[in-house]
Amino acid sequence: MAKHVLRVVAVVYVLFLLVLPVALIVWRTFGDGLAPFAEALTSPSALHAFTVTLTVAGWAVLANTVFGVGAALLLVRHEFPGKRLLGAFIDLPMAVSPVVVGLALILVYGRFSPLGGLLESWGIQVIFSTPGMVLATVFVSLPLVVRAVVPVLEELGDEQEQAAHTLGASRLQSFVRITLPGIRWALGYGVVLCLARSLGEYGAVAVVSGRLVDQTQTLTLFVEERFQNFDQPAAFAAATALALIAVVTLLFTKLLRPKDRSDGN
Amino acid sequence: MTREVTAITVRPVRRLAGGTAAGLGTAVLYLSLIVLIPLAAVVWRSADEGPGYFWRSVTTPDAWAALTLTVGASALVALVNLVMGTVIAWVLVRDRFPGRAVLDTIIDLPFALPTIVAGLVLLALYGPQSPLGVNLAYSRAGVVLALLFVTLPFVVRTVQPVLLELDTEMEQAAASLGASPFQTFRRVILPNLIPAMLSGTALAFTRAIAEFGSTVLISGNLPFKTQVAAVNIFSQIEGDNTTGAAAISTVLLVVALVALITLDVLQRWGSRRG
Repeated sequence: MAKHVLRVVAVVYVLFLLVLPVALIVWRTFGDGLAPFAEALTSPSALHAFTVTLTVAGWAVLANTVFGVGAALLLVRHEFPGKRLLGAFIDLPMAVSPVVVGLALILVYGRFSPLGGLLESWGIQVIFSTPGMVLATVFVSLPLVVRAVVPVLEELGDEQEQAAHTLGASRLQSFVRITLPGIRWALGYGVVLCLARSLGEYGAVAVVSGRLVDQTQTLTLFVEERFQNFDQPAAFAAATALALIAVVTLLFTKLLRPKDRSDGN
Repeated sequence: MTREVTAITVRPVRRLAGGTAAGLGTAVLYLSLIVLIPLAAVVWRSADEGPGYFWRSVTTPDAWAALTLTVGASALVALVNLVMGTVIAWVLVRDRFPGRAVLDTIIDLPFALPTIVAGLVLLALYGPQSPLGVNLAYSRAGVVLALLFVTLPFVVRTVQPVLLELDTEMEQAAASLGASPFQTFRRVILPNLIPAMLSGTALAFTRAIAEFGSTVLISGNLPFKTQVAAVNIFSQIEGDNTTGAAAISTVLLVVALVALITLDVLQRWGSRRG
């Protein structure tokens, strides 16, 4: 009896908080068939927002993947003073509000700061432009790859790498042939999480992009701007597209999650 | 057998070799340019005009209202998560019913869904055009709802693994000694779960005080009523008052830091018990 009560409470809670709201948007979007959805997403503004989103997310994922693997190797395979502190700094972005991220970047890279002024004199505009949006996205998604790779590297141990060294393999060879195959699922998991976070970032990008329509507008900013301008079909269509990306991400991570793989769960 | 033992004991401790130093240098430079220097700049800017200005920025009526609303709503949301997260984790681990696997998968959806989309979907079901006839738009209840949405997975995902590991033999022993189901839960299960429950709650709280995107649409950002701290910071940045924005940001950073330190203490306490 108590068992059934708990089950009903849990299911009803998730249903009303999560499932029904998302389902309603999808239903509203596709209520009049696929044509309005396709039309709303192929408008020049929407296509431009897609391009901006993909560009920013692409660079951010690339940067955080390279950093993530490097930092994970550093944290697991090397000993140095201040290791715990480095780990804590890597986790720090998770606790920072996206708006504060945006403010922080403006203060350092904005036109009126010393560094921002210097960069601008070299012709590089960071804030209100793509580099700033990439920086903001890198900031918010920074720990994801590192935290996915570290536990697997720890479990893997370095016996095989050492064996490869004694057999004359170079550092690069042992990385490509031994380490990388060993961490590939965890790395895939981290990259998918990082990509989803990057595609969906709103707050930090809203601050540093200046929200210039058809210039620095990402897909999430497009959703907000269209909604505020009473263009519900376009806002719903873009939101549904983003929600579909989120669902696909979820299924991917389910497949890739290291824990589930080893359990065969 | 011997091979396994060596695998554990031989953990080569390398000296700060050239490779380590170069890698460490690069990692620290990357972190500094993107995270550390910018965050330091926020704290630095907040103190720019002296402690008096800092205090006045934080205690302007609208900023103070936003901060108290944020902390109050986040505490409430953390509390709801403490209970509901544990219930959901319990159902996922101990109950068997069709659709359980689906429930288990979609719990993570708030992590994958962009926050602005979260706000939009909530507004569709609980806004002015609600098919249920429930309109929470521009109300504090709407803010709480948005925060509940984005923090749903935290407690579930910290409690679930602990419940999975928990041995049911202890419960059976308690039951065979005449304990009622409630007594078994309180005396046997709950003490094992509390550290994980509190860790998840602390994470949910930190996430809630930082939240921006999901609250933008449903709250309507009415100062003194539904404006949360992150939105207040945003409007101050738009109004070119970066020093005031930095002051409120610093308060948020400090609250998050305190919550995270508490979390760390809780985890150590948990691992000592476990």
